[in-house]
Amino acid sequence: MKASNPLWKERLASQVPEHLAVEIDTFETEIELRSQDKIDEKVFAETRLRRGVYGQRYDNGQRSDGNESKTLAFADKVTKGPHTFWDAPGMQRIKIPFGGLNPEQLEVLADLAEEYSDGIAHVTTRQDIQLHFIHIEDTPALMRRLAAVNITTREACGNSVRNVTGCPYMGVCQDEAFDATPYARALTAFLLGHPDAQNFGRKFKPSFSGCSQHACGLAQMHDLGLTAVIREVDGVEQRGFKVVVGGGLGAVPRQAKVLDEFMAPEEMLPTAQAIARLFGRHGEKKIRSRARLKFLIEKWGMDKFKEEVLAERAKLPEDPRWTDLIADIEADEEQPRNPPGEMPQLNGNVQMNHWIRTNLRDQRQDGYVTATIALPLGDLTPNQLRSVADIAREFTNGTVRATVEQNLVLRWISKSDVPAVFQALDAAGLGEPGACSVSDIVACPGTDTCKLGISSSRGLAAELRNRLAIKGVQLDQAIQDLHIKISGCFNSCGQHHVADIGFYGVSRTMQGYKVPHFQVVLGGQWEENAGSYGLPVVAIPSKRVPEALDRITDFYLRSRESNERFPKFIKRIGKVRVRELLDDLTKDAPEHDADPTFYADWADPRQYSIGDIGKGECAGEVVTQYEFEMTAAERLVFEAQVQLDEDDAAAAGQTGYKAMIKAAKALVLIQYDDVTEDDPDEVVEEFKERYYDTEYFFDPFAGAKFADYLFAAHESPNDASTPDSARTRIEEAQLFIEAVHTCYNKIRTVGLKLNV
Amino acid sequence: MELQHVRVKLFVDGELDVDLEKVMETFHGWVANQSLPELLIDVVDYRHVPHGPSVMLIGHEADYGLDNTDGRYGLIYNRKSALDGTNDDRLAQAIRSAAKVCTLLEVEFPSLKFSLREFEFTINDRAIAPNNAETKAACEPIITAFVQGRLGVASSNSNYDRDPRSTFGATISLESDLDWAALAAQ
Ligand code: SF4
Repeated sequence: MKASNPLWKERLASQVPEHLAVEIDTFETEIELRSQDKIDEKVFAETRLRRGVYGQRYDNGQRSDGNESKTLAFADKVTKGPHTFWDAPGMQRIKIPFGGLNPEQLEVLADLAEEYSDGIAHVTTRQDIQLHFIHIEDTPALMRRLAAVNITTREACGNSVRNVTGCPYMGVCQDEAFDATPYARALTAFLLGHPDAQNFGRKFKPSFSGCSQHACGLAQMHDLGLTAVIREVDGVEQRGFKVVVGGGLGAVPRQAKVLDEFMAPEEMLPTAQAIARLFGRHGEKKIRSRARLKFLIEKWGMDKFKEEVLAERAKLPEDPRWTDLIADIEADEEQPRNPPGEMPQLNGNVQMNHWIRTNLRDQRQDGYVTATIALPLGDLTPNQLRSVADIAREFTNGTVRATVEQNLVLRWISKSDVPAVFQALDAAGLGEPGACSVSDIVACPGTDTCKLGISSSRGLAAELRNRLAIKGVQLDQAIQDLHIKISGCFNSCGQHHVADIGFYGVSRTMQGYKVPHFQVVLGGQWEENAGSYGLPVVAIPSKRVPEALDRITDFYLRSRESNERFPKFIKRIGKVRVRELLDDLTKDAPEHDADPTFYADWADPRQYSIGDIGKGECAGEVVTQYEFEMTAAERLVFEAQVQLDEDDAAAAGQTGYKAMIKAAKALVLIQYDDVTEDDPDEVVEEFKERYYDTEYFFDPFAGAKFADYLFAAHESPNDASTPDSARTRIEEAQLFIEAVHTCYNKIRTVGLKLNV
Repeated sequence: MELQHVRVKLFVDGELDVDLEKVMETFHGWVANQSLPELLIDVVDYRHVPHGPSVMLIGHEADYGLDNTDGRYGLIYNRKSALDGTNDDRLAQAIRSAAKVCTLLEVEFPSLKFSLREFEFTINDRAIAPNNAETKAACEPIITAFVQGRLGVASSNSNYDRDPRSTFGATISLESDLDWAALAAQ
């Protein structure tokens, strides 16, 4: 804890806006009360989450050294939340609406990363900035310093309206309808702390896009997505938004559905308010896994949802802010610092020429470009943040934006300044070419810091980056154009669903040891505004993922039809062929002693484990039979995907259900070997009695969620007959299978007494 | 002036000639065995960040790291918890802690050597020590006396020249070799 914490309040008193000062004072008091055990730990946990103060891996005081789980001897104080030590460092998420940053804010972020964190600021896939290893006592001082430059962490996490994201090119993009930035700013101000947005069962994520064809803002995968559109009425152009709702990734991904093809700007804020009220009132509260807006829409159907939104909107008491916040919006336009220019003749600087090709985009304003600063894994140092501030001051009016691809974008660079900007960036170690190309890999925190991480998404991303960077410009353009995104688990914070090639972390057992794996996710699409979501094809051991990637990309180059894009190619050849291509990589693990690195994750030399799992005690027939059944279950999920690809949704839904029964049977067989899937009722009954009623199957974070998938499917096996519902069934079957693996590993390690 | 949150960097002599993956392995071993006085929590890999912290060992009271800021590798000790005692005690504690880890790493990696003629110190807290002339005026005599008294060598040069936005600190060059090992053993 910093000795200086009490000093900041007085020093910054005149600079912190009143409403933020009150908010931070309140939080400081709550910290004090919790430290005296005068606030319940669960209440305090939600309180701090709503200020962006998040947990981090090992904050339960347990850490595996590879062989066994060891206790981290944090002082015996009150907790910060259930199973969360007070002294355990955590993550501070800092909301940056639509990623917009100015030089003063960049400098404060630099100072905070240096003084409170580990010297790195991290740009997230939702345009937030995250600092890691923060002590809870330091957070009020940190928040005051942010508030002094008009940044709040309020509602950065928790069951609240999260950061309002937006395309980083809004206002300068050649393809946009109009600049949606001021509207994003208005929605942020309107919903922040709004009383109608305080009673959600889960988070609510809004996003803005300037056009419908590019994925820069990802409006399609948000709870509330607003895309700028212009229509002409009687020869007069009118601005408005196409409004979509109920999108999201995570365990059960959904494309958003259209609420309104054209909404007038004056209706934007009251409609958002009406949606928030409905979500707060009718959204699921008890079962977290069903508590996002997409499930309410699914339950009601889109027609009823629309009716309810309109009815709620009609009932709202008039609020002057609906129009005040969007008044004079055209005066809000960014201005350049330097006059427009011409691109100078390129010299022989190979790196700069490459950077110009890949990192610059022409603005719609003649003579200006945007420059993307490619950040490795979204990370940058305090010195680099200050350099970006300097460059933004010297060459622009201080206009910087963070992107959903974990980069920064400088806007309004006069073309004649391009060489000087490159040189300044390069001197700061920020001149890397290849922005938004195959080597600019997006990755969530994964096992580095996230409590839910299963495999090392950042370790894998760093490894693939290095390998792709070596190949560099020699890579075929078709490969350079691919997008790779990696998540440490199925929750998809790395947005693996919308990558050309996505990966998410899972674990498997090979040779009696746990081995980190990644599911290869194909069929997703970044183009056309993240137009489709991918599905897992096969799980590959982490250390073989680079080989898998080489095979997929080589195969694509060899077998594509002229100029065929990757998603179309995958659709044409089918996932079965890809699976065949990679099949041998899933087998024949080396003996542990011959290659122990195979049993460790990328950038983490410890023997891989989840929690305190080591080499198990069970062996022999039961294990063999279990593995046999589970292999069959995974094959069934895959078959279901193929059926869905072949437009046979009803069969896909049925096969997904069978896969669940097969996996449940695998677990039951450990105890009771007379069970047969010819009688699914018996499988489910035995599973329920042995694993559900005893809570052995419960996930520490998700509770009964995965078992509920099985019970729901069993209750109505034929219900998943539309493409959407079959897709959900497949996703749920996949997650159920992962949960069976987890439960099995727990049994082997802890040796639970299972007989009932 | 009370100096808290001292951060010191002991520079690697010459080019870094060690596999950082192996250094991470060593750090993981230290976490497993809680080999240092602080509560050790985790190991972080920032090798992908140019001129960044490289590999770090995160602790509760302090962080360690083989840091590459400004393109110069060195062992850093960054004190996070406040400490009682005098300014000299706090400066000495930071240098001793860093020196101890340098010694351990030199044993583990014989190709790794740390300079005995130079170190960098920083007060990693802008409220306590804003990077300005006043702080320099108050702090410089404290540092000079510390180097001559507690470390027992004369400083040939103290460079306080930094970006005004940086934390306050200086790079101190010494007239004769410091005995890190003896310091570490204190
Ligand atoms: S995808 Fe999983 S591992 Fe990655 S940040 Fe999200 S919850 Fe954590």
